[in-house]
Amino acid sequence: MRNYEITFIIDPVLSSEEIEDAASTYEKHLIKEGCKIVHNENMGLRQLAYPIKKRTSGMYRCIEVENQSSDFINKVELALRRDERIMRFLTVKLDKFGIKYNQDKRAGLIGKVKKKEEKEAEEKARLEASRAEHAAKTAVAADAALTSSEEE
Amino acid sequence: MAVNKDIKFLTNPNIGKNRQKYCRFKKYGIKYIDYKDADFLLQFINPQGKLLPRRITGTSLKYQRKVASAVKRARHLAILPYVTDLLK
Repeated sequence: MRNYEITFIIDPVLSSEEIEDAASTYEKHLIKEGCKIVHNENMGLRQLAYPIKKRTSGMYRCIEVENQSSDFINKVELALRRDERIMRFLTVKLDKFGIKYNQDKRAGLIGKVKKKEEKEAEEKARLEASRAEHAAKTAVAADAALTSSEEE
Repeated sequence: MAVNKDIKFLTNPNIGKNRQKYCRFKKYGIKYIDYKDADFLLQFINPQGKLLPRRITGTSLKYQRKVASAVKRARHLAILPYVTDLLK
């Protein structure tokens, strides 16, 4: 079994249904070629680093598939090349580390490492919250003490 | 008169010393470099969008090749620019 990753950019001028349609077309095409879809990721609208076909942004889609052979790639790439809705595409074969990375990413194990300042800010907020809680508790206790003393 | 013991260093001894470089992929066990992660790849290119040499980043040869291919893939997908100025 080999895993491949197909990333493509869809023209953002199309309506959202047309974009959805374009993405699902290729998903169906891949299934028809005998691939098993591992994951279909919608990376959303992104700013392009340089203009392509006079567009400055694009809808990114990424499909990870599993197949026995690589015969399907030529057919799918031909279809992608002919399609005017697709601005760019890239097919990559994933090695075992790539597969592991994608699995971890989906499980949420890979994320942004928090910067030191952010961590400190979080710590501070937590401390303040606990302090406020403590203050509230003591206030309640004091209130209770007051009321009890009044009763007396 | 100042005793010799009081003056230990005339200048900061750590200034001239080069800090030991290391390969971050080997150190932190990173095996796969994602070409879709622009923020990570930005660490390996200069303000003109060119790849930084190994002698600056300290990356080992094995991972430098992977970084290079990831950057090139990212450029094809317009995640990173081919040429710019003042990228960072």
